[in-house]
This record gives sequence, C-alpha cells and structure tokens, in this order.
Amino acid sequence: MSDTEILATSGATLTSKDFASDQEPKWCPGCGDHAVLQQIKNTLPDLGIPRENFVFISGIGCSSRLPYYVSAYGVHGIHGRALPMATGLKTARPELCVWVATGDGDALSIGGNHFIHTLRRNPDLNVVLFNNEIYGLTKGQYSPTTKLGLKTVTSPSGVIDHPFNTASLTIGSGGSFFARAFDRDGKFLRGVLTRAAKHKGLSLVEIYQNCPIFNNSAFEAFASSENRPEVTIYLEQGKPLVFGKDGRKGIMLDGFRPIVVDIEKKGLSTSDLWIHDEADIHKASILARFVDDDAEVDEKLPCPLGILFANEKVTYEDALTSQIQAAQSKGAGTFEELLVGDNSYIIK
Amino acid sequence: MIPKTSVSVLFAGDSGDGMQLTGTQFANTVAVRGSELNTFPNFPSEIRAPAGTISGVSGFQLQFGSKPVYTPGARFDVMIAMNSAALKANLKDLHRGGIIIASTEGFDEKNLKLAGYPEGANPLEDGSLSNYIVFPVPVLQLTREALKDSGLSMKEIDRCKNMFVLGLLYWLYNLPFEGTVEMLEEKFSKNPAIAQANIRTVKAGYYFGDETEIFANIGRFDIAPQKQHGLYRRVTGNEACAIALTAAAKKAGLELFLGSYPITPATEILQTLARMKKWGVKTFQAEDEIAGIVSSIGAAFGGALAATNTSGPGLALKTEALGLAVIMEIPLVIINVQRGGPSTGLPTKPEQSDLFIALYGRHGDAPLPVIAASSPVDCFYTTYEAARLALEHMTPVICLSDGYLALSSEPWKVITEESLADINPKIQPARKPDDPPYLPYKRDEQHVRSWAIPGTPGLEHRLGGLEKQHETGNVSHDPDNHELMTRLRAEKIEMIAETIPLQTIDNGPESGDLLVLGWGSSYGAIKTAIENAHEEGHTSVAHAHLRYLNPFPKNLGQILGNYKKVLIPENNNGQLIHIIRDKFLIEPVGFSKVKGLPFNEMEILDKIIDVIKELA
Repeated sequence: MSDTEILATSGATLTSKDFASDQEPKWCPGCGDHAVLQQIKNTLPDLGIPRENFVFISGIGCSSRLPYYVSAYGVHGIHGRALPMATGLKTARPELCVWVATGDGDALSIGGNHFIHTLRRNPDLNVVLFNNEIYGLTKGQYSPTTKLGLKTVTSPSGVIDHPFNTASLTIGSGGSFFARAFDRDGKFLRGVLTRAAKHKGLSLVEIYQNCPIFNNSAFEAFASSENRPEVTIYLEQGKPLVFGKDGRKGIMLDGFRPIVVDIEKKGLSTSDLWIHDEADIHKASILARFVDDDAEVDEKLPCPLGILFANEKVTYEDALTSQIQAAQSKGAGTFEELLVGDNSYIIK
Repeated sequence: MIPKTSVSVLFAGDSGDGMQLTGTQFANTVAVRGSELNTFPNFPSEIRAPAGTISGVSGFQLQFGSKPVYTPGARFDVMIAMNSAALKANLKDLHRGGIIIASTEGFDEKNLKLAGYPEGANPLEDGSLSNYIVFPVPVLQLTREALKDSGLSMKEIDRCKNMFVLGLLYWLYNLPFEGTVEMLEEKFSKNPAIAQANIRTVKAGYYFGDETEIFANIGRFDIAPQKQHGLYRRVTGNEACAIALTAAAKKAGLELFLGSYPITPATEILQTLARMKKWGVKTFQAEDEIAGIVSSIGAAFGGALAATNTSGPGLALKTEALGLAVIMEIPLVIINVQRGGPSTGLPTKPEQSDLFIALYGRHGDAPLPVIAASSPVDCFYTTYEAARLALEHMTPVICLSDGYLALSSEPWKVITEESLADINPKIQPARKPDDPPYLPYKRDEQHVRSWAIPGTPGLEHRLGGLEKQHETGNVSHDPDNHELMTRLRAEKIEMIAETIPLQTIDNGPESGDLLVLGWGSSYGAIKTAIENAHEEGHTSVAHAHLRYLNPFPKNLGQILGNYKKVLIPENNNGQLIHIIRDKFLIEPVGFSKVKGLPFNEMEILDKIIDVIKELA
C-alpha cells in the first residue's frame, strides 16, 4: 500500500506497509540506511498517530533522501537546514509528529549552528542522525565525525581534524534526550526509536550506520555478534553497567573516572557497579565520553548503546503557546483592534 | 501669529541627547492636531558614537503642513542644534534665511574642538552665520534653573534638556504641550520625580518663548490643521509591514509565522510582531538569517502564512533557501528593508540597491514576484499585497522597503477590514476514498499548484529541492521534464501580470515630453518635484511609480512609449534602468544618488529641468 491509496479512515490501525511510499529507495545495496528506514516504518504504527499527522524533514546527503520513501508528509530541504525547517513547522503546528532525518555532515558540519541551537530550544522533534563517519553522496570525503588518521579523498595523508563527540555535543547544547543505536541490530533500534518518539522534547538518536562503499570499516568492531559484547554496552534504566561475553565485565566509578572491572576476578556483585540513571546529566556526561577512551583492549570502555540521557524539559512550542494563551487571556485581538492600534487619535 | 503652509524642522544633537524622542514627540503633537506630516530619523550605526563629534550626530527631521507633504523637506527651515557638531554636520541643508536655535553650552571650547572648528572660532559669535537667523539659548542653564529644587542629581537634571527645546518649539509653532505631558506621565509612571522634572522642563521651554524678547522680530508661526476629520494613527514603514502581515493572515484565515534574525533597519518588524501575540502571531528569533527563512518555509509547508524580514546582508544569506521556496512552490513573504551596501555598508542609511539581488539573486532559473513600497503607509498595502500574491499564486514574494521608509512615519487614516482585498489561498481539501491520487504539482490555468497541508488525510506527499516531475512531484532527472518545469515556473510568475492592476500615471499628462519613472521610497520626492515642475510651467512632465517590479504591469511598455524621454531616478548606481532597457529596448536617462540618503525634491526637479532643456 502506498499513499496513492487512501486509508479507509483516518486513525485506522496501521502497519509498517502503510508507511512505504511508491518510490523505490535508491541507496546502495548493503547500505545501512535500508535497515534504518525499515525500523522507522516499523516504529510509526506503534505510536497511535494518524498517518497524515507524520511529517519527515531532511537536509541533504544519502540519509536525507529518507522522506521520499516514507508515505507521510515530507520535505527534502537544503543542506544543513533540516532542523530550522522542522522547528518552524513544529512551532506552527505543534500537533504534528515531526521527524528529522539527517547525517553527520548535514547536522554537524554545514548545519552545526542549527544543531546546537535547536537542541537548546528543545522543540518536540525526533531527530535521527545517520552517522557513517563519511560523506557518501559526494563520494568519500571525511566528515566531522571521521576518526583521526583516516585516509580519504580529501585527506590522502590522514584526517587531522579532531572529530565531534555527538553525545557530548548534544548534552552540552542542552539536549533533553540522547540515544545511540546501530543499523544492524534492528530490534534494539526499533526500541530506541519508540522511546525517542515518546520523549516530549527533542530526541536525538545517533545511529552508527555503515557506508559499505566509502567507509566500510568504520564500525567493524560492532559487526560480528562475537565481538560486539566486548566493545559495546547496552544501557538499561536502573540496571548496573555490565557487558562482555557472559556479563563478565562491569563499569565502576572511581571518583569521576569510569573504570572497567572484571566482576568475578574482583569478587564484586552487580550492586557495586554503576547503576544507569538516564535522568542524571552528570553520569550522562561521563557516559558520553566513553567513545573517546583510548585505553588498551581489556581496560577500554565500551561504546554505550541505548538511552544515555533523557530528562524532559519544557518544549519550545509549548512555551510559545502558553505565552500566546496568556496574551489572549482577556480575549484574542480583533481585526478592528489591529487596524486601529494603540496610538490612534481623532481629528475633529 | 504668522500663517505658513508647511515647515521642515531638524532636531540635531549628540546621539545621547534624546533627539529621536524629542522629534517623535513633536511629530505626535502635530499629527494629533491634524497636520500633514512626514518624518525622517537619521542617526549613526553606533549606539553611542564619541560624544560631541560629527560622527555622533543624531538627527530627526520632519515636515508638517496644512497641505499634503510627501517628504521630510529637501532643506529644513528650522534647525535645533544641541551642539557644535550638530550644526556643522547639518548647516549645508538649512535654507538660506532659516532659523537656528542653538544650545549655547554645546558651543563651549571643548565642543567646538570636538566638532573640528579651528581654535578660537565660534560660529555663534564670529558672524559666519549671518545668512541665517540665529537664536543662542542657554538651554542647559535654563533647564538647571527650572529644576534647581527638584531634588534630582545634576546628571538627571541635565538629561531633561531636550524637553526644554521641545517646549520652546511648541511655543514657536503655537502647539499644545498637553500630549507630551501625558506621554511623560505614562513613560515615567514608575518614577514620578523624573516625570515631573521632564514636564516642568517642557513648560519652562514653552514659557521661555513667551517671556523672552529674542523672538520678537520673527514672531510665532501657525500652521493650520489640514487633515479630514476621522480616526488616525501614525505608523512607520516597519510597523506598517508588521500590521499588514497580521492583517493578511487574518483575512486569509491563517496563522502568521515570522522566522527572523535581527538586522538593521528591519528589526522593528520582528519586534512589533513579537508583541502581537494577542492576535496569535508566532515569531521565532532564529540563530541566523538562514534559519530565519528556512523555519518560515517549514511553517509555510505546515499551512501558516509565513514570512521573514531582513536587510541586504541577510537577503544574501537567504538566497539558497529562496531557491528552495521557488521549487517547492510554497507561499512565503520576504520583506527586505534595503540599506547601503555592499557588505555591511551603511547599516542605518537607506539605499535602493537590492533590486538586482531581489530579481536575480538566486542560482538556477528561479523567478519570483518582486514588489516595492513607496511610503511608510504604503508599506502596509505593499506587504499585504505580497502576502496575497504569495498565497494565491503559491510562490515566495520579495517585498522591498528601505531604511528611509522603515523608520519614517506618516499619519494613516484608520481603515476597515472590509476595505482590504480578499485573500483566497488554494488549500487542497481532504481526499475522499474515491478521489484520484493527489498530484502535488498539478496546476490550474494560472499554473498554480494547490497547497496540501500536513494533517489533511489522503494528501501525504513529499516536496523538496530536487527537480520535480510534472504533476506527480516525484524526483525526476528527465531532461525534457526539467525544461518543462523551468518554463512552467517562469510562466506562473509572468501570468501574475494578468491579475495585477495596470500601471497608472500618478501625476501629469498621459503622454508628453518626459516621464519620470520611479520605484520605492523616492515616491514623495518625485511627486513633489513634479508638482513644482508643473508650477514652474513644465506641464509636459509626468510621474509613474512602480509597485510591481516583477512582473511589470502589462501596459508598462505602452506607457513608456507615450513620452519622448524617460527619466529613472534611483538610490543606487543604476539598476531599474538596466531592466527597463533590457525589457523594452528604450534608452532612458538615469539619475543615481548613492549617498546613503533619500532623494530630495530639489535634486529631482533640477534633473527634470536639465532633461527638458536637452529635449528642447
């Protein structure tokens, strides 16, 4: 089914197929974008929102083609500007469910200014940041998240720009929600997207997404189900930070410094470990830094997946709406009052 | 009492002397009394430029009269000079025989030096002003005397001195001070001591006029009220733009959204709309100019009447997004309040030099309608028309104002809702089960596509910057389709010429020797110059003023052919003249003024006479 076939009734029970547009995705075979699109389409029907109330806004880049493939309202805008477009839309129409598809170049390079300002304003948007650590659509130049030293067509001797830490940037900009997932774990991704959609305020979901053409090795460590538990940690609210094969390893806090411990060797119980509290901005700030850890393999902090931080605060559109309501508390302005103004005078 | 038909007054002083407030108060008083009025503030871009220097001079000029006045006056008849720099900066524009009221404390050794007078020279004493009528008044001393038992500090007392001058001018022009007293009571309601001090100073100035003998030789003047009875308000161009956007949204049954970034001299539009929450207006102060326009595109997609306001540098930043609005074919109003350019240029000074960027400043073939306001009140009608064109033709529209119109004001007889043109946006109704699929780029006979607003069942569709397939709106790289869509977008704009009013002659014969073709804020100066030309016997001169710059009214070519010569005055280095030449293959006479100042009627009259002489 596509949007050329109208749904019988607005608000009918929807399935993921109801969100497939009649356009064939034109991403490369093996691109992680296909999997993310599928999980978005899987997530939308669970939200209980009529299809006509969904809007997908994007900028420019491979992932920004996403709105064309979702049967909802959408705009494929200009490079870097998805967030202000979504903010304008959400401000004008707070009742709509607005999603943003953006990439590491779109959001963090050309759109970097919009990124930080939109986070601090906190409109209720669901922002899906496809991070493949490379420019794909322009064929392989390094991006603001490309790892140091990577040789690309514009860094033949290796990248010398230090990459952004998306989570730290989000939290530092006043973001109210940051989660991370990766393209190959569909079920987990769907759970994260659902939580993001339900978060009131701007939810930023960073998805490690593989570009098989220009940066195929970026997330190699995550690729095998064998190695993944050693390098990642799945965060669960109220649960201790445990990872590794058979849950051998845990994270403890030594003052402000997180350390990897072998639970059995040290004879620890899980209650000795760091307990995840997604509302704690101090802990979230430390979690955000895990990915920058350059310790040796056994002591290296894992990459946190799931919800690093979620703490609702007033949204931009709600704050504006209440100001308008206050201004109209003694009645809305009439056309006549507008035309007469408050400095008029009579000439007799 | 000596009757006069009109007078032009300049209040000039240091940018900290309160000249803008003084001028505004004087303007309010003459407006309420029923005079015709035109005002023009002229101030530096620095908030407090070095005190006492020429660069720190702030001026407020106004002309009021018992006959219509269309400019603040080519030259002023009366100048208030609060210091020597104010006199030095403005003397060249004072009529020979004009009146100077000089605050003597501003002509002490220190001030004279700061203004750059040679050592020992004082224009108030050395006879260099013998062509003018000079009244040296110790304003500061008289203010201090009036407030000596007020209990205020010396600094607070000295800040009242502008009110003394205001009171004196009220006396000289036989105007009541009660309106100003009310204003002061309201403005300083939380500080009654300051309010009373200012009020006492206004009265002291007024009674000084009564008691002193120094004005005995010239007497007092009286300018009879002229306005018809009725309800009036006074608006600046920027206020008029803001009111018009709100009015257009209400008339169209839509919500207004303004995405904007502060920039001189356009900011008051954002500020005025931010105060209009009572009318449900939503303003968004974005992080930059790009976010300003892009947020508006988002709001327009969402079904709002969306607008953004800016000035030259901001328009340059918005151009990529304008292209997106063109290809999305969504309604959007861009108000560009022009200032001196290029780059930061002259932020507080007007210019008409953004015509080219408005018409052509986008990559790709991206035509859009461009219209221009001709007076502060016309900012209302032109902005309203921009909104109507945007909503009814599904296109971004650029509405040009400039720093002169933006900050100038004139009285406006209050209008009614019924007098405003209807606005009928082409909103696509919800799709019923048996309806054919929605085609976002299906066009009507005007080539206008419909507006399908999110939340409407059955109209889910995707827009974007990639070329659109005819009718379906799907992404298309087909060569023939791109050519077709480029042509359709251009024709859509050209067809607007079929619906807009024909060009009219503002004043003068329908055919003859010379047509003065203007656009934008030069309206008042040209209009006055033509009246003067006719009075001087040059009756074969006419004036046409363009509101529609793209597309032109369809009879414009015919009108241009009715005169031997066309004169195009512009506050730029020659932009409209290129377009007229290109479009109509005629050779007009250009007349450029690029001084960061609007035209005055004398300059234009002189040019008209030059051209007529050459024709003879």
